Amino acid sequence: MAFVNWCKRNLVVIAGLLTLAYLVLPNVIVTVFSFNKPNGRFNYEWQQFSTDAWKDPCGVSGLCGSLSLSLQIAFWATLGATALGTAIAFALVRYRFRARGAINSLIFLPMAMPEVVMAASLLTLFLNMGAQLGFWTVLTAHIMFCLSFVVTAVKARVMSMDPRLEQAAQDLYAGPFQTFVRVTLPIAAPGIAAGALLAFALSFDDFIITNFNAGSTVTFPMFVWGSAQRGTPVQINVVGTAMFVIAVLFVLASMVIGDRRNRRKA
Amino acid sequence: MSTLTEAPPPLSPPAPEDKPPRKRGRWTPYWLLLPGILWLVVFFAAPMIYQASTSVQTGSLEEGYRVTWHFVTYWDAVSEYWPQFLRSVAYAASATVLCLLLGYPLAYLIAFRAGRWRNLIMILVIAPFFTSFLIRTLAWKTILADGGPVVGALNTLHVLDVTSWLGWTAGDRVLATPLAVVCGLTYNFLPFMILPLYTSLERIDGRLHEAAGDLYAKPSTVFRKVTFPLSMPGVVSGTLLTFIPATGDYVNASLLGSADTGMIGNVIQSQFLRVLDYPTAAALSFILMAAILAMVTFYIRKSGTEDLV
Repeated sequence: MAFVNWCKRNLVVIAGLLTLAYLVLPNVIVTVFSFNKPNGRFNYEWQQFSTDAWKDPCGVSGLCGSLSLSLQIAFWATLGATALGTAIAFALVRYRFRARGAINSLIFLPMAMPEVVMAASLLTLFLNMGAQLGFWTVLTAHIMFCLSFVVTAVKARVMSMDPRLEQAAQDLYAGPFQTFVRVTLPIAAPGIAAGALLAFALSFDDFIITNFNAGSTVTFPMFVWGSAQRGTPVQINVVGTAMFVIAVLFVLASMVIGDRRNRRKA
Repeated sequence: MSTLTEAPPPLSPPAPEDKPPRKRGRWTPYWLLLPGILWLVVFFAAPMIYQASTSVQTGSLEEGYRVTWHFVTYWDAVSEYWPQFLRSVAYAASATVLCLLLGYPLAYLIAFRAGRWRNLIMILVIAPFFTSFLIRTLAWKTILADGGPVVGALNTLHVLDVTSWLGWTAGDRVLATPLAVVCGLTYNFLPFMILPLYTSLERIDGRLHEAAGDLYAKPSTVFRKVTFPLSMPGVVSGTLLTFIPATGDYVNASLLGSADTGMIGNVIQSQFLRVLDYPTAAALSFILMAAILAMVTFYIRKSGTEDLV
Protein backbone atom coordinates (compact mmCIF):
# COMPACT_ATOMS: atom_id res chain seq x y z
CA MET A 1 0.00 0.00 0.00
CA ALA A 2 2.89 2.29 0.87
CA PHE A 3 4.37 1.48 -2.51
CA VAL A 4 1.15 2.34 -4.33
CA ASN A 5 0.98 5.64 -2.46
CA TRP A 6 4.60 6.39 -3.32
CA CYS A 7 3.85 5.68 -6.97
CA LYS A 8 0.82 7.94 -6.84
CA ARG A 9 2.77 10.82 -5.37
CA ASN A 10 5.58 10.46 -7.89
CA LEU A 11 3.43 9.70 -10.92
CA VAL A 12 4.71 12.77 -12.76
CA VAL A 13 8.33 11.86 -12.07
CA ILE A 14 7.84 8.29 -13.30
CA ALA A 15 6.04 9.40 -16.45
CA GLY A 16 8.65 12.11 -17.09
CA LEU A 17 11.53 9.69 -16.73
CA LEU A 18 9.82 7.23 -19.11
CA THR A 19 9.57 10.01 -21.70
CA LEU A 20 13.22 10.81 -21.14
CA ALA A 21 14.07 7.16 -21.75
CA TYR A 22 12.07 7.28 -25.00
CA LEU A 23 14.09 10.35 -26.05
CA VAL A 24 17.48 8.91 -25.17
CA LEU A 25 16.99 5.28 -26.27
CA PRO A 26 17.83 5.88 -29.97
CA ASN A 27 21.09 7.57 -28.98
CA VAL A 28 21.98 4.56 -26.83
CA ILE A 29 21.25 2.28 -29.79
CA VAL A 30 23.35 4.44 -32.13
CA THR A 31 26.27 4.26 -29.68
CA VAL A 32 26.00 0.53 -29.03
CA PHE A 33 25.74 -0.26 -32.74
CA SER A 34 28.86 1.78 -33.49
CA PHE A 35 30.69 -1.18 -31.93
CA ASN A 36 28.86 -3.74 -34.04
CA LYS A 37 30.29 -5.95 -36.76
CA PRO A 38 27.28 -6.45 -39.02
CA ASN A 39 26.73 -9.44 -41.27
CA GLY A 40 25.84 -7.96 -44.62
CA ARG A 41 25.21 -4.39 -45.71
CA PHE A 42 22.78 -3.18 -43.04
CA ASN A 43 23.69 -2.38 -39.45
CA TYR A 44 20.31 -3.10 -37.85
CA GLU A 45 21.00 -6.39 -36.02
CA TRP A 46 23.56 -7.01 -33.30
CA GLN A 47 26.26 -9.49 -34.32
CA GLN A 48 29.50 -9.11 -32.40
CA PHE A 49 31.61 -6.52 -30.62
CA SER A 50 34.25 -4.79 -32.70
CA THR A 51 36.07 -1.46 -32.72
CA ASP A 52 36.87 -1.62 -36.45
CA ALA A 53 34.67 1.32 -37.38
CA TRP A 54 36.13 3.53 -34.64
CA LYS A 55 39.67 2.76 -35.88
CA ASP A 56 38.77 3.66 -39.45
CA PRO A 57 35.96 6.25 -39.45
CA CYS A 58 36.71 7.35 -43.02
CA GLY A 59 36.78 3.75 -44.28
CA VAL A 60 33.60 4.20 -46.31
CA SER A 61 34.00 6.08 -49.55
CA GLY A 62 32.26 9.42 -49.55
CA LEU A 63 31.50 9.63 -45.84
CA CYS A 64 34.25 11.97 -44.70
CA GLY A 65 33.92 14.05 -47.86
CA SER A 66 30.22 14.59 -47.15
CA LEU A 67 30.98 15.37 -43.51
CA SER A 68 33.49 18.06 -44.41
CA LEU A 69 31.11 19.51 -47.00
CA SER A 70 28.36 19.70 -44.37
CA LEU A 71 30.72 21.43 -41.94
CA GLN A 72 31.75 23.96 -44.61
CA ILE A 73 28.15 24.71 -45.57
CA ALA A 74 27.15 24.99 -41.90
CA PHE A 75 30.08 27.34 -41.24
CA TRP A 76 29.31 29.73 -44.10
CA ALA A 77 25.55 29.53 -43.54
CA THR A 78 26.06 30.40 -39.86
CA LEU A 79 28.29 33.33 -40.77
CA GLY A 80 25.87 34.66 -43.38
CA ALA A 81 22.68 34.15 -41.38
CA THR A 82 24.20 35.61 -38.20
CA ALA A 83 25.45 38.74 -39.97
CA LEU A 84 22.20 39.40 -41.84
CA GLY A 85 20.01 38.36 -38.90
CA THR A 86 21.80 40.47 -36.30
CA ALA A 87 21.46 43.56 -38.49
CA ILE A 88 17.72 42.93 -38.88
CA ALA A 89 17.28 42.34 -35.15
CA PHE A 90 19.00 45.63 -34.27
CA ALA A 91 16.94 47.54 -36.82
CA LEU A 92 13.69 46.02 -35.49
CA VAL A 93 14.38 46.82 -31.85
CA ARG A 94 16.17 50.15 -32.16
CA TYR A 95 14.46 52.03 -34.95
CA ARG A 96 11.05 53.11 -36.03
CA PHE A 97 10.32 52.72 -39.75
CA ARG A 98 7.62 51.96 -42.27
CA ALA A 99 6.37 48.46 -43.17
CA ARG A 100 7.28 47.06 -39.77
CA GLY A 101 4.36 44.61 -39.72
CA ALA A 102 5.16 43.28 -43.18
CA ILE A 103 8.79 42.74 -42.22
CA ASN A 104 7.80 40.96 -39.01
CA SER A 105 5.55 38.62 -41.01
CA LEU A 106 8.28 37.97 -43.54
CA ILE A 107 10.57 36.86 -40.70
CA PHE A 108 7.89 34.82 -38.93
CA LEU A 109 6.56 32.92 -41.97
CA PRO A 110 9.65 30.77 -42.77
CA MET A 111 9.45 29.34 -39.24
CA ALA A 112 5.75 28.50 -39.64
CA MET A 113 6.09 26.84 -43.03
CA PRO A 114 6.63 23.11 -43.50
CA GLU A 115 10.14 22.58 -44.80
CA VAL A 116 8.95 20.66 -47.82
CA VAL A 117 6.97 23.68 -49.08
CA MET A 118 9.99 25.99 -48.83
CA ALA A 119 12.19 23.33 -50.41
CA ALA A 120 9.86 22.75 -53.35
CA SER A 121 9.21 26.43 -54.05
CA LEU A 122 12.92 27.26 -53.90
CA LEU A 123 13.59 24.47 -56.36
CA THR A 124 11.04 25.93 -58.81
CA LEU A 125 12.86 29.27 -58.53
CA PHE A 126 16.28 27.72 -59.16
CA LEU A 127 14.93 25.71 -62.09
CA ASN A 128 13.33 28.82 -63.56
CA MET A 129 16.56 30.77 -63.19
CA GLY A 130 18.49 27.89 -64.69
CA ALA A 131 20.81 27.83 -61.67
CA GLN A 132 23.26 24.97 -61.35
CA LEU A 133 22.18 22.95 -58.27
CA GLY A 134 25.02 22.31 -55.84
CA PHE A 135 27.06 23.97 -53.10
CA TRP A 136 25.81 27.50 -53.80
CA THR A 137 22.11 26.68 -54.02
CA VAL A 138 22.34 24.70 -50.76
CA LEU A 139 24.21 27.51 -49.01
CA THR A 140 21.67 30.08 -50.26
CA ALA A 141 18.79 27.96 -48.98
CA HIS A 142 20.44 27.38 -45.60
CA ILE A 143 21.08 31.09 -45.03
CA MET A 144 17.41 31.71 -45.90
CA PHE A 145 15.89 29.34 -43.35
CA CYS A 146 18.45 30.02 -40.58
CA LEU A 147 17.93 33.79 -40.84
CA SER A 148 14.59 33.95 -38.99
CA PHE A 149 15.89 31.90 -36.07
CA VAL A 150 18.91 34.18 -35.66
CA VAL A 151 16.68 37.29 -35.78
CA THR A 152 14.42 35.86 -33.05
CA ALA A 153 17.34 34.89 -30.79
CA VAL A 154 19.19 38.20 -31.13
CA LYS A 155 16.01 40.28 -30.88
CA ALA A 156 15.12 38.71 -27.52
CA ARG A 157 18.51 39.69 -26.12
CA VAL A 158 18.64 43.23 -27.56
CA MET A 159 15.11 43.95 -26.31
CA SER A 160 16.08 43.13 -22.73
CA MET A 161 19.08 45.47 -22.92
CA ASP A 162 19.03 48.58 -20.78
CA PRO A 163 19.30 51.54 -23.21
CA ARG A 164 20.68 53.70 -20.41
CA LEU A 165 23.99 51.80 -20.59
CA GLU A 166 24.57 53.17 -24.09
CA GLN A 167 23.43 56.62 -23.07
CA ALA A 168 25.91 56.48 -20.20
CA ALA A 169 28.69 55.52 -22.58
CA GLN A 170 27.82 58.47 -24.80
CA ASP A 171 27.67 60.81 -21.82
CA LEU A 172 31.22 59.69 -21.07
CA TYR A 173 32.24 60.92 -24.53
CA ALA A 174 32.29 57.59 -26.38
CA GLY A 175 31.57 57.99 -30.10
CA PRO A 176 28.81 55.96 -31.78
CA PHE A 177 31.32 53.40 -33.06
CA GLN A 178 33.08 53.07 -29.72
CA THR A 179 29.74 52.69 -27.92
CA PHE A 180 28.71 49.95 -30.28
CA VAL A 181 31.95 47.97 -30.02
CA ARG A 182 32.65 48.44 -26.31
CA VAL A 183 29.12 48.41 -24.86
CA THR A 184 26.38 47.24 -27.25
CA LEU A 185 28.15 44.30 -28.84
CA PRO A 186 29.43 42.68 -25.61
CA ILE A 187 25.95 42.86 -24.08
CA ALA A 188 24.28 41.45 -27.20
CA ALA A 189 26.96 38.74 -27.59
CA PRO A 190 25.12 35.90 -25.77
CA GLY A 191 22.08 36.39 -28.01
CA ILE A 192 24.23 36.46 -31.14
CA ALA A 193 26.10 33.35 -29.97
CA ALA A 194 22.83 31.52 -29.29
CA GLY A 195 21.53 32.46 -32.74
CA ALA A 196 24.76 31.35 -34.40
CA LEU A 197 24.76 28.03 -32.55
CA LEU A 198 21.15 27.40 -33.52
CA ALA A 199 21.94 28.27 -37.15
CA PHE A 200 24.89 25.90 -37.18
CA ALA A 201 22.87 23.02 -35.74
CA LEU A 202 19.94 23.66 -38.13
CA SER A 203 22.16 23.89 -41.20
CA PHE A 204 24.35 20.91 -40.33
CA ASP A 205 21.37 18.63 -39.72
CA ASP A 206 19.11 19.89 -42.49
CA PHE A 207 17.87 17.21 -44.82
CA ILE A 208 14.61 18.13 -46.56
CA ILE A 209 15.62 21.49 -48.08
CA THR A 210 19.04 20.11 -48.99
CA ASN A 211 17.49 17.02 -50.58
CA PHE A 212 15.53 19.23 -52.99
CA ASN A 213 18.22 21.77 -53.82
CA ALA A 214 21.52 19.88 -53.75
CA GLY A 215 21.46 18.30 -57.19
CA SER A 216 24.18 15.66 -57.05
CA THR A 217 26.05 17.30 -54.16
CA VAL A 218 26.13 15.00 -51.12
CA THR A 219 26.04 16.49 -47.60
CA PHE A 220 26.28 14.27 -44.53
CA PRO A 221 22.50 13.91 -44.01
CA MET A 222 22.18 13.13 -47.73
CA PHE A 223 24.87 10.47 -47.32
CA VAL A 224 22.94 8.87 -44.45
CA TRP A 225 19.74 9.00 -46.52
CA GLY A 226 21.46 7.30 -49.43
CA SER A 227 22.99 4.66 -47.18
CA ALA A 228 19.53 3.84 -45.77
CA GLN A 229 18.72 2.60 -49.27
CA ARG A 230 22.04 0.98 -50.21
CA GLY A 231 23.35 -0.31 -46.88
CA THR A 232 24.23 1.45 -43.64
CA PRO A 233 27.95 1.39 -42.77
CA VAL A 234 28.87 1.23 -39.06
CA GLN A 235 30.85 4.43 -39.57
CA ILE A 236 27.72 6.60 -39.66
CA ASN A 237 27.02 5.43 -36.10
CA VAL A 238 30.57 6.38 -35.16
CA VAL A 239 30.00 9.89 -36.52
CA GLY A 240 26.60 10.10 -34.76
CA THR A 241 28.09 8.99 -31.44
CA ALA A 242 31.04 11.37 -31.75
CA MET A 243 28.68 14.27 -32.49
CA PHE A 244 26.59 13.43 -29.42
CA VAL A 245 29.65 13.23 -27.16
CA ILE A 246 31.12 16.49 -28.50
CA ALA A 247 27.78 18.27 -28.02
CA VAL A 248 27.42 17.07 -24.41
CA LEU A 249 31.02 18.00 -23.57
CA PHE A 250 30.52 21.41 -25.17
CA VAL A 251 27.39 22.08 -23.11
CA LEU A 252 29.03 20.82 -19.90
CA ALA A 253 32.13 22.95 -20.48
CA SER A 254 30.12 26.11 -21.09
CA MET A 255 28.06 25.37 -17.96
CA VAL A 256 31.21 25.02 -15.86
CA ILE A 257 32.60 28.27 -17.28
CA GLY A 258 29.29 30.08 -16.68
CA ASP A 259 29.19 28.71 -13.12
CA ARG A 260 32.68 29.92 -12.37
CA ARG A 261 31.92 33.36 -13.80
CA ASN A 262 28.80 33.61 -11.63
CA ARG A 263 30.74 32.59 -8.55
CA ARG A 264 33.43 35.17 -9.24
CA LYS A 265 30.72 37.82 -9.47
CA ALA A 266 29.15 36.75 -6.21
CA MET B 1 24.82 28.38 -22.34
CA SER B 2 21.67 29.35 -20.51
CA THR B 3 20.46 30.47 -23.92
CA LEU B 4 20.54 26.88 -25.13
CA THR B 5 18.09 25.83 -22.47
CA GLU B 6 15.61 28.41 -23.60
CA ALA B 7 12.75 27.39 -25.80
CA PRO B 8 13.07 27.73 -29.54
CA PRO B 9 11.60 30.98 -30.71
CA PRO B 10 7.89 30.85 -29.91
CA LEU B 11 5.57 30.73 -32.87
CA SER B 12 3.80 33.96 -32.41
CA PRO B 13 2.05 36.16 -34.89
CA PRO B 14 4.18 39.26 -35.24
CA ALA B 15 3.17 41.81 -32.68
CA PRO B 16 3.99 45.46 -33.08
CA GLU B 17 6.53 46.62 -30.51
CA ASP B 18 5.10 49.45 -28.56
CA LYS B 19 8.40 50.66 -27.13
CA PRO B 20 9.14 53.92 -28.94
CA PRO B 21 12.54 53.30 -30.46
CA ARG B 22 14.87 56.22 -30.69
CA LYS B 23 15.53 57.99 -33.93
CA ARG B 24 19.12 58.35 -35.02
CA GLY B 25 20.08 58.16 -38.67
CA ARG B 26 17.04 58.47 -40.92
CA TRP B 27 18.30 55.85 -43.31
CA THR B 28 20.23 53.60 -40.90
CA PRO B 29 17.39 51.10 -40.24
CA TYR B 30 16.83 50.60 -43.94
CA TRP B 31 20.51 49.88 -44.54
CA LEU B 32 20.50 47.38 -41.67
CA LEU B 33 17.37 45.68 -42.96
CA LEU B 34 18.17 45.71 -46.65
CA PRO B 35 20.51 42.70 -47.12
CA GLY B 36 18.61 40.27 -44.90
CA ILE B 37 15.14 41.29 -46.06
CA LEU B 38 16.27 41.17 -49.69
CA TRP B 39 17.51 37.63 -49.08
CA LEU B 40 14.13 36.59 -47.65
CA VAL B 41 12.22 38.30 -50.47
CA VAL B 42 14.29 36.69 -53.22
CA PHE B 43 14.69 33.22 -51.72
CA PHE B 44 11.52 32.84 -49.65
CA ALA B 45 8.73 35.09 -50.92
CA ALA B 46 9.53 35.08 -54.64
CA PRO B 47 9.77 31.25 -54.77
CA MET B 48 6.23 31.05 -53.34
CA ILE B 49 5.01 33.12 -56.30
CA TYR B 50 7.07 31.07 -58.75
CA GLN B 51 5.56 27.95 -57.27
CA ALA B 52 2.04 29.32 -57.63
CA SER B 53 2.73 30.13 -61.27
CA THR B 54 4.35 26.74 -61.92
CA SER B 55 1.25 25.01 -60.61
CA VAL B 56 -0.92 26.48 -63.40
CA GLN B 57 1.54 25.78 -66.21
CA THR B 58 1.41 23.02 -68.78
CA GLY B 59 4.11 21.63 -71.00
CA SER B 60 6.92 19.14 -70.80
CA LEU B 61 10.54 19.08 -69.75
CA GLU B 62 11.72 19.06 -73.37
CA GLU B 63 9.47 21.79 -74.76
CA GLY B 64 9.40 23.96 -71.66
CA TYR B 65 6.44 25.10 -69.60
CA ARG B 66 4.01 27.92 -70.24
CA VAL B 67 1.40 29.49 -67.96
CA THR B 68 -1.96 28.33 -69.31
CA TRP B 69 -4.06 28.82 -66.13
CA HIS B 70 -4.53 25.08 -66.12
CA PHE B 71 -6.37 24.85 -62.80
CA VAL B 72 -7.39 21.26 -63.53
CA THR B 73 -3.98 20.28 -62.15
CA TYR B 74 -5.31 21.12 -58.68
CA TRP B 75 -8.42 19.01 -59.15
CA ASP B 76 -6.37 16.09 -60.49
CA ALA B 77 -3.83 16.39 -57.69
CA VAL B 78 -6.48 16.37 -54.98
CA SER B 79 -8.53 13.56 -56.47
CA GLU B 80 -5.45 11.40 -56.90
CA TYR B 81 -3.63 12.13 -53.66
CA TRP B 82 -6.36 12.86 -51.09
CA PRO B 83 -5.50 9.69 -49.12
CA GLN B 84 -1.96 10.99 -48.59
CA PHE B 85 -3.33 14.37 -47.49
CA LEU B 86 -5.66 12.74 -44.97
CA ARG B 87 -2.89 10.45 -43.78
CA SER B 88 -0.50 13.38 -43.25
CA VAL B 89 -3.04 15.23 -41.13
CA ALA B 90 -4.00 12.08 -39.18
CA TYR B 91 -0.40 11.03 -38.49
CA ALA B 92 0.72 14.55 -37.60
CA ALA B 93 -2.30 15.04 -35.31
CA SER B 94 -1.68 11.71 -33.54
CA ALA B 95 2.00 12.53 -33.13
CA THR B 96 1.12 15.97 -31.75
CA VAL B 97 -1.29 14.51 -29.18
CA LEU B 98 1.27 11.87 -28.19
CA CYS B 99 3.98 14.54 -27.90
CA LEU B 100 1.73 16.54 -25.58
CA LEU B 101 0.88 13.51 -23.43
CA LEU B 102 4.52 12.36 -23.22
CA GLY B 103 6.13 15.79 -23.13
CA TYR B 104 3.97 17.41 -20.45
CA PRO B 105 5.10 15.18 -17.56
CA LEU B 106 8.74 15.61 -18.55
CA ALA B 107 8.44 19.41 -18.85
CA TYR B 108 6.63 19.45 -15.49
CA LEU B 109 9.34 17.28 -13.98
CA ILE B 110 12.10 19.61 -15.21
CA ALA B 111 10.26 22.73 -14.09
CA PHE B 112 9.12 21.68 -10.60
CA ARG B 113 10.54 18.37 -9.42
CA ALA B 114 14.04 17.92 -10.87
CA GLY B 115 15.97 19.98 -8.30
CA ARG B 116 19.68 19.62 -8.92
CA TRP B 117 19.10 17.16 -11.75
CA ARG B 118 17.43 19.87 -13.83
CA ASN B 119 20.48 20.75 -15.92
CA LEU B 120 21.36 17.13 -16.63
CA ILE B 121 17.83 16.31 -17.81
CA MET B 122 17.81 19.46 -19.93
CA ILE B 123 21.05 18.37 -21.60
CA LEU B 124 19.57 14.95 -22.31
CA VAL B 125 16.54 16.59 -23.95
CA ILE B 126 18.60 18.92 -26.15
CA ALA B 127 21.76 16.93 -26.90
CA PRO B 128 20.10 14.44 -29.31
CA PHE B 129 19.49 17.49 -31.54
CA PHE B 130 23.19 17.45 -32.31
CA THR B 131 23.21 13.91 -33.67
CA SER B 132 21.85 13.80 -37.19
CA PHE B 133 18.13 13.06 -36.91
CA LEU B 134 18.37 10.62 -39.83
CA ILE B 135 20.77 8.40 -37.87
CA ARG B 136 18.49 8.52 -34.84
CA THR B 137 15.47 7.69 -36.96
CA LEU B 138 17.31 4.70 -38.42
CA ALA B 139 17.92 3.50 -34.85
CA TRP B 140 14.14 2.96 -34.59
CA LYS B 141 14.52 0.28 -37.27
CA THR B 142 16.60 -1.66 -34.75
CA ILE B 143 14.32 -0.92 -31.81
CA LEU B 144 11.13 -1.94 -33.64
CA ALA B 145 12.76 -4.81 -35.58
CA ASP B 146 10.63 -7.90 -36.29
CA GLY B 147 11.27 -10.44 -33.55
CA GLY B 148 13.07 -7.83 -31.44
CA PRO B 149 12.37 -7.38 -27.70
CA VAL B 150 9.86 -4.55 -28.17
CA VAL B 151 7.76 -6.38 -30.73
CA GLY B 152 8.09 -9.59 -28.70
CA ALA B 153 6.80 -7.90 -25.55
CA LEU B 154 3.90 -6.25 -27.38
CA ASN B 155 3.03 -9.64 -28.87
CA THR B 156 3.06 -11.42 -25.52
CA LEU B 157 0.85 -8.73 -24.01
CA HIS B 158 -1.51 -9.08 -27.02
CA VAL B 159 -1.19 -5.37 -27.70
CA LEU B 160 -0.43 -6.07 -31.34
CA ASP B 161 -3.72 -7.97 -31.70
CA VAL B 162 -5.58 -4.82 -30.71
CA THR B 163 -3.49 -2.49 -32.86
CA SER B 164 -3.77 -4.83 -35.86
CA TRP B 165 -7.52 -4.89 -35.42
CA LEU B 166 -7.48 -1.08 -35.42
CA GLY B 167 -5.34 -1.13 -38.56
CA TRP B 168 -2.35 0.56 -36.90
CA THR B 169 -0.07 -2.44 -37.32
CA ALA B 170 -0.07 -5.47 -39.60
CA GLY B 171 0.21 -9.00 -38.21
CA ASP B 172 3.10 -9.26 -35.79
CA ARG B 173 5.08 -6.46 -37.43
CA VAL B 174 5.44 -2.89 -36.22
CA LEU B 175 7.92 -1.67 -38.84
CA ALA B 176 6.38 -0.54 -42.12
CA THR B 177 3.06 0.26 -40.40
CA PRO B 178 1.33 3.52 -39.42
CA LEU B 179 2.28 2.91 -35.78
CA ALA B 180 5.99 2.97 -36.64
CA VAL B 181 5.61 6.23 -38.60
CA VAL B 182 3.66 7.94 -35.79
CA CYS B 183 6.20 6.63 -33.29
CA GLY B 184 9.05 8.13 -35.33
CA LEU B 185 7.24 11.46 -35.81
CA THR B 186 6.52 11.65 -32.08
CA TYR B 187 10.15 10.94 -31.29
CA ASN B 188 11.53 13.46 -33.77
CA PHE B 189 9.37 16.39 -32.70
CA LEU B 190 9.12 15.73 -28.94
CA PRO B 191 11.80 18.32 -28.00
CA PHE B 192 9.84 20.98 -29.91
CA MET B 193 6.94 20.27 -27.54
CA ILE B 194 8.97 19.97 -24.34
CA LEU B 195 10.94 23.23 -24.64
CA PRO B 196 8.01 25.67 -25.00
CA LEU B 197 6.05 23.75 -22.34
CA TYR B 198 9.00 24.01 -19.99
CA THR B 199 9.39 27.73 -20.64
CA SER B 200 5.78 28.49 -19.80
CA LEU B 201 5.68 26.12 -16.79
CA GLU B 202 8.87 27.59 -15.38
CA ARG B 203 7.36 31.08 -15.38
CA ILE B 204 4.49 30.02 -13.10
CA ASP B 205 4.79 31.46 -9.62
CA GLY B 206 5.10 28.55 -7.18
CA ARG B 207 3.08 30.49 -4.61
CA LEU B 208 -0.01 30.10 -6.79
CA HIS B 209 0.17 26.34 -6.19
CA GLU B 210 0.48 26.89 -2.46
CA ALA B 211 -2.41 29.34 -2.48
CA ALA B 212 -4.61 26.84 -4.31
CA GLY B 213 -3.61 24.16 -1.81
CA ASP B 214 -4.39 26.49 1.09
CA LEU B 215 -7.84 26.95 -0.38
CA TYR B 216 -8.39 23.18 -0.11
CA ALA B 217 -7.83 22.31 -3.77
CA LYS B 218 -6.79 18.69 -4.35
CA PRO B 219 -3.54 18.26 -6.33
CA SER B 220 -5.58 17.25 -9.37
CA THR B 221 -7.73 20.37 -9.04
CA VAL B 222 -4.63 22.54 -8.69
CA PHE B 223 -3.38 21.12 -11.93
CA ARG B 224 -6.71 21.50 -13.73
CA LYS B 225 -7.53 25.00 -12.48
CA VAL B 226 -4.12 26.61 -12.04
CA THR B 227 -1.14 24.89 -13.64
CA PHE B 228 -2.63 23.78 -16.96
CA PRO B 229 -4.42 27.06 -17.81
CA LEU B 230 -1.26 29.02 -17.04
CA SER B 231 0.77 26.74 -19.30
CA MET B 232 -1.57 27.31 -22.26
CA PRO B 233 0.87 29.51 -24.21
CA GLY B 234 3.38 26.66 -24.09
CA VAL B 235 0.74 24.13 -25.12
CA VAL B 236 -0.29 26.24 -28.12
CA SER B 237 3.21 26.98 -29.41
CA GLY B 238 4.34 23.41 -28.66
CA THR B 239 1.49 21.86 -30.63
CA LEU B 240 2.12 24.22 -33.56
CA LEU B 241 5.88 23.56 -33.53
CA THR B 242 5.10 19.84 -33.62
CA PHE B 243 2.14 19.72 -35.97
CA ILE B 244 3.47 21.97 -38.76
CA PRO B 245 6.77 20.18 -39.44
CA ALA B 246 5.19 16.75 -38.84
CA THR B 247 2.57 17.33 -41.56
CA GLY B 248 5.19 18.07 -44.20
CA ASP B 249 7.63 15.39 -43.10
CA TYR B 250 8.50 12.54 -45.43
CA VAL B 251 11.60 11.14 -43.72
CA ASN B 252 9.78 9.05 -41.11
CA ALA B 253 7.26 7.72 -43.61
CA SER B 254 10.09 6.70 -45.95
CA LEU B 255 12.42 5.13 -43.40
CA LEU B 256 9.92 3.52 -41.00
CA GLY B 257 6.83 3.13 -43.16
CA SER B 258 5.86 1.34 -46.34
CA ALA B 259 4.19 2.26 -49.62
CA ASP B 260 0.85 2.22 -47.79
CA THR B 261 1.91 4.85 -45.25
CA GLY B 262 3.01 7.51 -47.75
CA MET B 263 2.39 11.06 -46.59
CA ILE B 264 1.93 14.15 -48.75
CA GLY B 265 5.61 15.02 -48.33
CA ASN B 266 6.54 11.73 -49.97
CA VAL B 267 4.35 12.55 -52.96
CA ILE B 268 5.75 16.06 -53.35
CA GLN B 269 9.29 14.74 -53.07
CA SER B 270 8.87 12.01 -55.65
CA GLN B 271 6.90 14.23 -58.06
CA PHE B 272 9.65 16.85 -57.89
CA LEU B 273 12.78 14.72 -57.79
CA ARG B 274 11.83 11.50 -59.56
CA VAL B 275 8.71 11.89 -61.72
CA LEU B 276 9.67 15.48 -62.62
CA ASP B 277 6.01 16.48 -62.93
CA TYR B 278 6.58 20.04 -61.72
CA PRO B 279 3.04 21.47 -62.11
CA THR B 280 1.45 18.67 -60.05
CA ALA B 281 4.19 18.87 -57.42
CA ALA B 282 3.85 22.65 -57.17
CA ALA B 283 0.07 22.37 -56.88
CA LEU B 284 0.37 19.80 -54.07
CA SER B 285 2.89 21.92 -52.22
CA PHE B 286 0.67 24.99 -52.62
CA ILE B 287 -2.36 23.13 -51.25
CA LEU B 288 -0.30 21.90 -48.30
CA MET B 289 0.82 25.43 -47.53
CA ALA B 290 -2.70 26.85 -47.77
CA ALA B 291 -4.14 24.03 -45.67
CA ILE B 292 -1.58 24.49 -42.92
CA LEU B 293 -1.96 28.26 -42.82
CA ALA B 294 -5.75 27.85 -42.62
CA MET B 295 -5.57 25.22 -39.87
CA VAL B 296 -3.05 27.21 -37.83
CA THR B 297 -5.07 30.42 -38.08
CA PHE B 298 -8.23 28.58 -37.07
CA TYR B 299 -6.43 26.88 -34.17
CA ILE B 300 -4.95 30.11 -32.81
CA ARG B 301 -8.35 31.85 -33.02
CA LYS B 302 -10.12 28.88 -31.45
CA SER B 303 -7.71 28.46 -28.58
CA GLY B 304 -8.26 32.15 -27.83
CA THR B 305 -4.63 32.72 -27.00
CA GLU B 306 -3.86 35.01 -29.88
CA ASP B 307 -2.22 37.53 -27.62
CA LEU B 308 -0.72 34.92 -25.33
CA VAL B 309 1.27 32.85 -27.82
